[in-house]
Amino acid sequence: MICTMIAGDMGNGPKMGPFASGLLDTVVFNQARNITMGFLDRERTIAPPGFNRWLVPPAALAVHLCIGQAYATSVYKTALVKHFGASLTEIGVIFSIAIVMLGLSAAIMGTWVDRNGPRKAMFTSAMFWVGGFLIGSLGIFSHQLWLVYLGYGVVGGIGLGIGYISPVSTLIKWFPDRPGLATGMAIMGFGGGALIASPVSQALLKAYDPNSGAQGWVASGDAVGKLFLTLAVVYLAYMLFGAFTIKVPADGWRPAGFDPAKVKAAKLVTTENVSAKNSIKTRQFWLVWVALFCNVTAGIGILEQAAPMIQDFFRQSDGKSLVTAGVAAGFVGLLSIGNMAGRFAWSATSDVTGRKRIYMMYLGVGAVLYTVLALAGSTATALYVVLAFLIISFYGGGFSTAPAYLRDLFGTYQVGAIHGRLLTAWSAAGVAGPLIVNTILDAQGKPGQLNGASYQPALLTMVALLVIGFVANLLVKPVDARFHEPRPDRGRTEPAMEA
Amino acid sequence: MSSTAHTPGAHQPVKRSTGRLVLGWILVGIPLAYGVFQTLTQVAALFG
Repeated sequence: MICTMIAGDMGNGPKMGPFASGLLDTVVFNQARNITMGFLDRERTIAPPGFNRWLVPPAALAVHLCIGQAYATSVYKTALVKHFGASLTEIGVIFSIAIVMLGLSAAIMGTWVDRNGPRKAMFTSAMFWVGGFLIGSLGIFSHQLWLVYLGYGVVGGIGLGIGYISPVSTLIKWFPDRPGLATGMAIMGFGGGALIASPVSQALLKAYDPNSGAQGWVASGDAVGKLFLTLAVVYLAYMLFGAFTIKVPADGWRPAGFDPAKVKAAKLVTTENVSAKNSIKTRQFWLVWVALFCNVTAGIGILEQAAPMIQDFFRQSDGKSLVTAGVAAGFVGLLSIGNMAGRFAWSATSDVTGRKRIYMMYLGVGAVLYTVLALAGSTATALYVVLAFLIISFYGGGFSTAPAYLRDLFGTYQVGAIHGRLLTAWSAAGVAGPLIVNTILDAQGKPGQLNGASYQPALLTMVALLVIGFVANLLVKPVDARFHEPRPDRGRTEPAMEA
Repeated sequence: MSSTAHTPGAHQPVKRSTGRLVLGWILVGIPLAYGVFQTLTQVAALFG
């Protein structure tokens, strides 16, 4: 209306006072902002008829492949230690802050993500993630470690959290017939991101550092700063591709031939909806939280120690290991593939088996595999590698199956926000897993002197954790009707916390 | 099962966006395949 009035004034006379001029500037600015931000709004992302839903997974993957770089920080860890003259722990804090911020931002921003839609969420995630790299590079160039904490850790970590949950609820809505497959494809990207970032970062560091051919070369801080700037540009392009490709289905849309009644035939799958606020009042949320926490803690136990652990398991009486450092590095790469493959394969399988059953496999079979690893893992390298590969695939599967499990229990209404809250289990496990393993190993001896038997207490502790998770998952039952969102034909009072 | 959008009651012709679909999957598929290949090469060289 103001615009019309001003336009009318302008049309009626050539003069315009300073107040009107300022008002016009404001209105034009707001209009421009509305056009820009409006393009990001959920309403502008509703898919037209005929939109191919298989365009949504690559959009989601584009974001997850970028934020998955968080698992490739080891590539420049030594370079940052040398550049800042800091300890490994001080540099490791950068990654720890990012993971803690991931869990916190996913939990806090989950409702905002669900309300504003995936495009705005992905765009925001891109701004934070890329902003983190830019601030981080500034910290590296200016020798200010706190700026790297703030940039990559805090700002980038917020981008991680928002980016991780941004496509989840959209994928579930596009693939109500195969939610496990859909979320598996996206979350696989988080595992795959490190596989891409590691070799690319190594190649770029060599290209940016003129001394890269020297014996015992460690990349310079300048090279790492330039790497950060390059990654910022590439990730911005990819994440914006994801943001501008993703679309949400129209209300009432369903895949041709899909019958929701058949899905309802599964006991744990609801056609009702539970809000994020009410979900945390249910026993089911916390049982799944415990199951995920136990699964992730156990997996991190192996991932954290992967390289030294395989060498220690095959240490001979003379103190030398049958497994060289090079072979151990290859083993870590193999685990990364197991982590990524498990995210896709097991989550897709859960569409057939059901979510509760596949979590019973992750936790129950996982406990058996851990026990065999603890008691017989040092008998043959092949056995050790196969066991570790399967265990890590279960670790990855736990992450990617979780959103579909939440969809089954709480419906699609605010599944992204509920998923965000569930990811606090990841943050907690990220602290608990390494703490448990390192504390127990410290009591067993010094690094380089440990053997397979030294790991038994830590691994058997993980077995106990997996059994706790197995029991928690076993106790999961359908959510009580009092937590369901009201339908137009019936009312509901605010439910109390479940006893 | 058709993979394209279908709104109950709406009988609009299905829009084929094959080009965008192929481009989208190539953009994410090639880097991912590169990463897996690099890792497998490292693993094969070390264990072989």
